[in-house]
Amino acid sequence: MTLLITVIAALVTSVIWYTSSHARKMQVGTLALFYWGASLMWTADAIFEYAEDGAEFFMPAGVDMLNDAFLGLSAVALGLIIWLIILLVKDPDHVVREALLGRVTGKA
Amino acid sequence: MACFIVPATEAIVTSVVEKVVKKQEADRSEEVKIPESEGRIPFSVKLGWLNKMLWGGSALLAFEHVWHGEVVPYFPFLTAAATAEGARTMLHEMATTGTTMAVLVSLFWGALVAASNMIESRSKAEKQETVHK
Repeated sequence: MTLLITVIAALVTSVIWYTSSHARKMQVGTLALFYWGASLMWTADAIFEYAEDGAEFFMPAGVDMLNDAFLGLSAVALGLIIWLIILLVKDPDHVVREALLGRVTGKA
Repeated sequence: MACFIVPATEAIVTSVVEKVVKKQEADRSEEVKIPESEGRIPFSVKLGWLNKMLWGGSALLAFEHVWHGEVVPYFPFLTAAATAEGARTMLHEMATTGTTMAVLVSLFWGALVAASNMIESRSKAEKQETVHK
């Protein structure tokens, strides 16, 4: 479930990156790469789990699935938080800089 | 258990390599700084893609380990490292799953770079064709 949610996040962010020039400026590509990296790592984990458990790997208990879904959504949220910090630090549209400078000069 | 340590270690190495390559590219700026219109992406930028995948993936996997109580904020930080048996299992997992993770991400990056090089070459050939016409 965690893998599935992260792969979906990677696909969605990749499509957004491809279709929107504004998204590319907003470093959505970085977010997509985070999710692809995590997806590939969880894929490796899944391969080893499948090798160990066999078909049972695809039949998790309901409570495990729910826990994994929460984990997947939390991982996606964490990726978004990291991306937001990078975005605010790099500030490609100078929004943060203008807001701070505006406050200093009393314009904002 | 601690499989994310392997790609995280690779991320440290590739980050250092990226810095070195970026510096070399800057030193050869006149030679290397090809106008954007020529469509060549510096190798340091391509290394940046690998770094982002490795750092991002390692961070999210580290979070998963915290979620499962395998990483704790006190010594020895990895619960598996508390016993000899646990440490052996952890090292085995790092050698198998962790290495596979690092290899898989690197292979994916290799495919990205190959695709990017192909697009760059095609774009260059098209531009040369247009100039000849």
